[in-house]
Amino acid sequence: MAQPSKVQFGYRRHPDQDRAGTEAAEYPVVVIGAGPVGLSLAIDLAQRGQTVVLLDDADRIGEGSRAICFSKRSLEFWDRLGVADRMVDKGVVWSVGRIFHGASLLYQFNLLPEEGHKRPAFINLQQFYAEAYLVDRVQQLEAIDLRWRNKVTGLEQRNDHAVLTIETPDGPYWMRANYVVACDGARSSLRQMVGAEFAGQVFEDQFLIADVKMTAEFPTERWFWFDPPFHAGRSALLHKQPDDIWRIDLQLNPDADPVVEKRPENVRPRIARMLGHDKFDFEWISLYKFQCRRMEKFIHGRVIFAGDAAHQVSPFGARGANSGLEDAENLAWKLDRVLRKLSPEALLESYHIERSAAADENIRESTRSTDFMAPTSRQEARLRQAVLSLAKETEFGKRMINGGRLSVPSVYDSPLLTADRDAWRGGPRPGASMLDAPIAAGGGQPAFLTEAFVKAGARFTLLEFSNGVGVEAPDGVGVIRIGGNDGFSDSAGLAGTRYDAEPGTAYLLRPDGYVAARFRHPTHNSLDAALARATGIN
Amino acid sequence: MALSTRSNFPKPDDAFRAVVEAHRGLSDEQSANLDAMLVLILANHIGDLDVLREAIALAQRRMVDASQQAQQQQQ
Repeated sequence: MAQPSKVQFGYRRHPDQDRAGTEAAEYPVVVIGAGPVGLSLAIDLAQRGQTVVLLDDADRIGEGSRAICFSKRSLEFWDRLGVADRMVDKGVVWSVGRIFHGASLLYQFNLLPEEGHKRPAFINLQQFYAEAYLVDRVQQLEAIDLRWRNKVTGLEQRNDHAVLTIETPDGPYWMRANYVVACDGARSSLRQMVGAEFAGQVFEDQFLIADVKMTAEFPTERWFWFDPPFHAGRSALLHKQPDDIWRIDLQLNPDADPVVEKRPENVRPRIARMLGHDKFDFEWISLYKFQCRRMEKFIHGRVIFAGDAAHQVSPFGARGANSGLEDAENLAWKLDRVLRKLSPEALLESYHIERSAAADENIRESTRSTDFMAPTSRQEARLRQAVLSLAKETEFGKRMINGGRLSVPSVYDSPLLTADRDAWRGGPRPGASMLDAPIAAGGGQPAFLTEAFVKAGARFTLLEFSNGVGVEAPDGVGVIRIGGNDGFSDSAGLAGTRYDAEPGTAYLLRPDGYVAARFRHPTHNSLDAALARATGIN
Repeated sequence: MALSTRSNFPKPDDAFRAVVEAHRGLSDEQSANLDAMLVLILANHIGDLDVLREAIALAQRRMVDASQQAQQQQQ
């Protein structure tokens, strides 16, 4: 069985390792785990001017495609990190999903049915490509010190820092960190070190993932089957990845024997039945069960948890890696402000508030999907069958079919937000993420709002729909002006529509692209107050 | 209270009869399937989650009550 190409990195001894424990080097922030979340967080922090040590216990990028669906939101984050173009160029762009029952098509949905967005609803890309591109970006940034085969084996929490014991091929050494961010995955050793519980729901059903290499004419869509002719009574999923690789997910019986099921000679006939031929090669086969759970608190003293280390969901809905990336973008700017002493440490608490609520939402959504795919009682199975039957002739039945609700950015309910006081008929409310729209620069060059946000510095930014007067933005706040003499033009009229804009309307965007406040007629005072609130100062 | 428990049909017997007749000649399994569909169709028609939740709560309350009565009668 061919293995996907792996990228190997060398362990290098660091001068820090020559220091005695009492003389341990001290860093503002140490990120543990060089997966998509840890790498992205390190890049974001470094771009904000922080020095980051990034530790990983391995010396290569993991094998197998693993996470494959990256959302529009994640791509917009990666745009800010300067890596999205490579991801999209390599990835398979898709927005349409189809759901089959038996042999017949029940329902088709488009996750991004409108024009005027820089990034697609989703790309499919093997996780190892995403990680390789992120590592390339890390290596362009001198502020990130990425150390392979550095395994954290001990943690001691002090008042204003933590001391890490790090095992290497040359033996252990110690490091002090003002903040530690644990992005070390579902089996997080840091989580064990802080003694946090990680309780939740275990699902008994087993799923088989096979990545097969073949040339096929299937469209680049997400295809999901309930009770397909080739896999009676269970569910199946087919998805395209780059390099002529197809991801196939097959639900197995709860009592299936993992060792037997994983053997290529047992997997092959199932897939051959699905595809109608056996002209394919296996790239990767993996069997998994999953749990939906999260840590009760994402912050333990000086250790902050992000990604799978903090929360785990079922894979149906692409909510694992994408929610981890949302953790990273949520945390990076807050940690940067706290380390610069621009905001009180309490600002970090909002990371826990916003992202643990997002984790709850992701767990709720993915649990519902899993329950729909694998009903746990006869009556649940009957209700599901009723939905599938009704879907053949009713719209509400189609909408009730749950073959995975795909990741969308959470809408936060948070103390950082300033509640609306004006009347709005639409537009993203405070706590929602910014919406993209096509605009044109002064010279007429086309651009996107998300690009203007990156150019404005991915910092607090005032998105202003000009009425000719122009409000003065608070110090340090970027400005994107639509209309007026010097602003972007709303070339397609979509920016105004998507933001429910009138002349004078202004949105205060946070550095992670979320709306902090919005005003019909902003004043210097109202903007100052909203900014103070959004930065945890007030 | 979002759920209406007033009598809404001019002739309640007609409504009860319509449901009963739909079940005539069906096995228990078929009846359960029919009910599952009916519940989903009617829930969607109502289209109000508060009403649905109150309806579920009412049904659950009456189920508990009914099973307690049955127990008392046995004793």
